[in-house]
Amino acid sequence: MTFHPEMRYEEGLHVSRRERRDEGEPFAFTPENRQRLEAIASHYPPEHRRSAVIPALYLVQDQQGYVTASAIRHVASVIGCTEAEVDDVVTYYAMFFRKPVGRYVIQVCRTLSCALRGAERVAAELKRALGVEVGQTDPTGTFTLMEMECLGACDRAPVVMVNNELWHECQSPDQVGAMLDGLREKGPAALTGCHLEVEKKRGPAGP
Amino acid sequence: MDPVLTSHIREPNGHTLEAYLRRGGYSGLRKALSLPPGEVIEMVKASGLRGRGGAGFPTGMKWQFVPKDSPKPKYLCCNADESEPGTFKDHVLMERNPHLLLEGCAIGCHAIGAKVAYIYIRGEFYHVQRVLEAAIEEARAAGFLGRDILGSGFDCEIYVHRGAGAYEAGEESALLESLEGKRAQPRIRPPFPAVVGLYGCPTAINNVETLCNVPLILTHGPEWFASLGPEKNGGPKLYCISGHVEKPGVYEASMHVTLRELIYGYAGGIRGGRALKAVITGGSSTPVILPGQIDAQASFDGLLKAGSMLGSAAIIVMDDTTCMVWLAENLLHFYRHESCGKCTPCREGTDWLLKILHRIEAGDGSMRDIDLLLSVSRNIGGKTLCPFGDAAIAPVVSTIQHFRHEYEAHVREGRCTCPAEWREMGNRGPGARA
Repeated sequence: MTFHPEMRYEEGLHVSRRERRDEGEPFAFTPENRQRLEAIASHYPPEHRRSAVIPALYLVQDQQGYVTASAIRHVASVIGCTEAEVDDVVTYYAMFFRKPVGRYVIQVCRTLSCALRGAERVAAELKRALGVEVGQTDPTGTFTLMEMECLGACDRAPVVMVNNELWHECQSPDQVGAMLDGLREKGPAALTGCHLEVEKKRGPAGP
Repeated sequence: MDPVLTSHIREPNGHTLEAYLRRGGYSGLRKALSLPPGEVIEMVKASGLRGRGGAGFPTGMKWQFVPKDSPKPKYLCCNADESEPGTFKDHVLMERNPHLLLEGCAIGCHAIGAKVAYIYIRGEFYHVQRVLEAAIEEARAAGFLGRDILGSGFDCEIYVHRGAGAYEAGEESALLESLEGKRAQPRIRPPFPAVVGLYGCPTAINNVETLCNVPLILTHGPEWFASLGPEKNGGPKLYCISGHVEKPGVYEASMHVTLRELIYGYAGGIRGGRALKAVITGGSSTPVILPGQIDAQASFDGLLKAGSMLGSAAIIVMDDTTCMVWLAENLLHFYRHESCGKCTPCREGTDWLLKILHRIEAGDGSMRDIDLLLSVSRNIGGKTLCPFGDAAIAPVVSTIQHFRHEYEAHVREGRCTCPAEWREMGNRGPGARA
């Protein structure tokens, strides 16, 4: 049965586009992470513990790399809110990963100031060097490539962020290979860091 | 004007409490605590300090709207979700001068009668969060935060709350939602946050740079502050200059300064001596203006007269190699990604704008598409709960207004009209210092 000759039921209309969430291993915070969470939750009035949902999800990612359905259930029970409320947050914010990611998640800023200084080429070089598309992890499981919107370091464009925390500034397209090799060999120490760390290493170089 | 906010940012270890006290730090807080809260607000009002986050609303007035007699607790929120494309001033202030912000927060709390301040920092600023938290520990140990500050009986705690990557969290009511552990989506106003804000309590929300100016007003007096700039645009201002300039960076100036001085003086001119094509004056949400208008004063009122806005003072400079359709497409990619999805015109409209821009840039557009862009824009502008909708259409409407011929050339020639060798370089221009 169909109401419109060109729009059949089975082709999309009644198919949920919602991603099925990865159930993952059974999750519980380690005692240290649980303690860290309680320390953060004490910043908010006790009746508004829900404010600690975002910090709790960061701790989940610290512990197992990405957010699974069982982690969402655990966070909901620890915070004292519903799973849907936690799910709402996970699906909204760009910095929570809902799929397994590589050891280093490389995010290239693609917004105007970085794009004016060659961010498109940086992303293209990374795709070529890793043999992946944006959003994919390389076969060795070391690098996941992503694009992100304005990181707020436009004077040091193009900028790259690794693992949601570490910055790498003034990434020229022809130095992409060097950055990847550095990460493989020396780990995060190979990155330039933020403005202040850069200046500590190199001396003041412009505001 | 000699820098006031950024005068010490080059000093090694200038971010420590010891260095801050050597520069006379926390004398503003001492002064504020010796005055009744009402008088502190009067001083800020008299200084004419306007919000540095984008809207330019008078800070003293914002504080005055917080009801004095409410039985509920009151909160101060510092908006450190610096996400407007092209903006990086708060980052520098928090990283290099964290105690200035803490002092401003404490004075703000005293003025509105709050005991707790939250600094909502964007998720990407993890290293800045660590700097701030170390500074909070230092200040608490020295008695500038915590219980009974400086023997005045005033209690104040400051906490840093890290967001998780949402541009919309920079909008004040969405910031409060995010702080409450929900999606960062704007609230319907009224009631305004000053009356019903965080956890339903009266709340003042101020930008980092705004709060950093407050200790200066207390220390040097409102008259000094007002005299630093033109009428109604007093105080020091940080400008973030990025894009095709020789020396991108954060520069401090009085608001007497013109765009020309900022681009050709402070930032060293256009890279490689090329010609200027267009300037974005206050972050990507403000309209593009032409080289003919760069003698405008870079103040709240001066740029309004020039047909743009000071916004967050993020000046993005484009030289003559920049394709304006590409620029609009790039920014609409941003807005489509960051639209919070609450209001239909913005959620659906930004998606359509990006699709149409993409097909024009790829050479598959038609002449009708140009008017379609304007029509979709008209259906977004002014039809959303927060200013995001108006911001999203600014790059489209202003580039069509000034560069309609480029859009038409894309359609006529069926390709991007930027020379192929610039496109191949990926950055649409030779000589990028990438």
